[in-house]
This record gives sequence, structure tokens and C-alpha cells, in this order.
Amino acid sequence: MKFQIPSLIMAILERDLRLALRHGADTLGAVLFFILAGALFPLALGPSPELLRRMAPGIVWVCALLAALLPLDRLFGAELEDGSLDQLLMTGLPASLIALAKMMAHWLTTGLPLLLAAGPLAIMLGMPSGSMVVLLTGLFLGTLILSLIGGMAASVVLGARRGGVLLPLLVLPLTTPALIFGAAALDAAQTGLSWGPDLELLGAFLAAAIPLCALAAGAGLRAAVE
Amino acid sequence: MENISVFRGERLVLDRVGFTLDAGDALLLTGPNGAGKSTLLRVLAGLRKPEGGHVLWAGVDALADRSQHAGRVAYLGHQDALKLGLTLRENLTLAARASGGNPDLCMKSLNISGLADLPARMLSAGQKRRAALARVLLAQAPLWLLDEPSLGLDINTMGLLGTLFAAHRQAGGIVIATTHVPLPLPNARTLALPGLNESDIPQPMEDFPEDDLL
Repeated sequence: MKFQIPSLIMAILERDLRLALRHGADTLGAVLFFILAGALFPLALGPSPELLRRMAPGIVWVCALLAALLPLDRLFGAELEDGSLDQLLMTGLPASLIALAKMMAHWLTTGLPLLLAAGPLAIMLGMPSGSMVVLLTGLFLGTLILSLIGGMAASVVLGARRGGVLLPLLVLPLTTPALIFGAAALDAAQTGLSWGPDLELLGAFLAAAIPLCALAAGAGLRAAVE
Repeated sequence: MENISVFRGERLVLDRVGFTLDAGDALLLTGPNGAGKSTLLRVLAGLRKPEGGHVLWAGVDALADRSQHAGRVAYLGHQDALKLGLTLRENLTLAARASGGNPDLCMKSLNISGLADLPARMLSAGQKRRAALARVLLAQAPLWLLDEPSLGLDINTMGLLGTLFAAHRQAGGIVIATTHVPLPLPNARTLALPGLNESDIPQPMEDFPEDDLL
């Protein structure tokens, strides 16, 4: 083999990050959506601090889930349309690793900014600072899971007409376990219970998702170029 | 390469096509639109699997390990596969990393060194095609699979392409290209794909299964 697998994965990441910086508006879109959607809740629910504080974990999690969906259909769609996907496959890197690299790129350009925006949003909703660590740890794992499952779904619907419509229908049911554990950990933290087990379950979910999603997404990419 | 058969959807596009090439050979694929030229190239590149037949490389099934096969092949598709937001050099980085080649040298051989730091969106169609050809050079692969390489190229670049082809074949490389216009490939063999007669094309039926979702 003429190349090193890590160096090729790094090259894909570098390329995607560079593209994300050049098209900054697309990248910011998801984060702005996240903040705006979160800001709508106080308007809709009324400004009761007690209510908002209780709903804050759920609001942050659901908004993050929806915001991470936004750039998904371009993740592989853009590569397929301009023929880059063929060239990526012709580098000799296994399709599942290409998919994994693209999912990592999705996390770096969407998940990480969401993570950074989640803190301010949570404070805005009046979440006690004590549970901030639990929120951010949970969201760190959660956004990774989202990128993996989202990337898998994006590769599965690749080439299908109206894949963009199909995408949320595939992703949202699959990510509900992450949502449940993440929100449960926060609930536990707020009521003073032990939140460790919920985060551990989240971590286990992530550990299972890495190989499974990568393999499924790789098969999806291969099928899309056929 | 022997007896390749490929279905596209419900339609048989390639019916038991076969040929053998030696080092230094060139093959032109000709035929009417829709005859399956591009499909055949994609099968040879390992991008799609044939429904029947085998692609043999030195007597061994080439598509058994498609990652390994990818290292032997430089593929130029219909599209130039350039990211418009990236400069030419950045566009070639990935391919350079995969093959260990030198992108500057390859851009020089296609006369686009001066454009290396321009974003691809500012290039003309012909310049983009040259960039895509630079990536073919960059792959340093023995088998070149080119889908209409002359698309949008001017006469000077066609001459350049001729020298590149000659050098590649001199070094024992193989060129397989689809084309509608004459390419600078002396002593190239030609494989004319017949295409289908109008009567062979199945008429869509009422209960024809949709191959797309939704």
C-alpha cells in the first residue's frame, strides 16, 4: 500500500475543515439555528424561571439534535454531485473509513460549535451552573453519536430522490436512546441523584455506534456510486 | 478482462464484453450515447460490480480487493471533481497524499502551475479539465481510465495530452479512454460498443418498480 491510512484520514479532515471555513455561512447556520430555536422556547412557554429551568435540559438536547440534522444532506450529497466521491473511493481508503472521516468532519464543523453554544443557551434558560458539567459531557457524547448516526443515514439515502426529507425520519428515531440517556443524566443531576450510569450508557451507545455506523455508511457510499 | 455483463436498472447495458490489454497498450471505447462506455470504465475502476464476468489483473480477480485495485488505477470521470472553494493545489492534496506524488510537478506538466493558488471556481471548464488530468498523473498508477479526457481542452493541451499518453505507455502503462473525438493515441485499439437497438429498450410498464425511494 502506498499510503498511510491516518495521513489520508487527516487529509480528508483538513480538506473538509478548510471548506467549512471558506463557506463560513453554511457552518454558522446550524449554530444560529440552535440558538434561535432555543430562544423561542421562553417566548412560547412564558418567562417563568422555574418552568424554564426544569425544561432547559430537554430544550438544549432537542435543539442540538435538530440543528445537527441541518448540514447532513450535504455531507455526502455534495461529494456525490461533483464526482469527488468517486475520487475519494479511488484513493484506496476503505469506504467505511472514508465515511468515518466525513463523520468526524461533521462533528468538528457542527457538533463542536453546538457544544460551545450549548453553555450560553443553558445559562440563558436558567439552568443551574452545577449541572453544566453534566450537560456538556452528555452533549459531547451525544453530538458524536449524532454525527455517526446522521452520517450513516445520510449515506443510506444518498442518491435517493428527496433524501433530505427522508433523513430526519431515519435519524431521529435512531437517536432517541441518546436523547433519553442525556436528558436523564441532566435530570438526575438537577435532583441530586447519581448521573454517572446515564452517561456511561451514553458512552456505551457511542462505542457501539462507531464501528456499526462506519460499516453501514461505507456500504451506503459504495451503493451510491454504483 | 472477460465477459463483462452489467445491468443498469432493469436494462442490460453491457452484454459479455471482453478484451485483454498488455503493458503499453491503449484502448479507445467508442459507441453511441448510452452504449455503456462510462459504465464499463466504472466497472474497470472497481466503482461498480459487474453482474457477470470478471476483471482480471495479471490473471487475478482485480475486484476481489477493491482498495488494492484503486492503487493501480487513475480514474477520470465525467466530472472534474474539484471543490470550487479550494485552490487548485488544495484540490490535489488528497490525491497527492494517497499516492505520494508531487502535485507541483503534475500541474507543471499540464501547464497550470500559474493557476495553483487560484480557487477552482475562477477556472474555465478547460482549465478544470486540465486540473483533473493533473490528478490522473498524480496517482502514478499503471492503468489510466479516462472518461472523455478531451472534454473542453484546446489544441495545445491536446498535444500535451499526446506526449503524456506516450510517456505513460512508454513506461508500460495502459490507457483506456472513452471518446467521441480522435485522441492522440497512436496504435490504439478500438472497442466499439454497439449500444442497443431501439426495439431492445424495454418500454416502461405501468407497474414498473421505482428504483428510487419515495
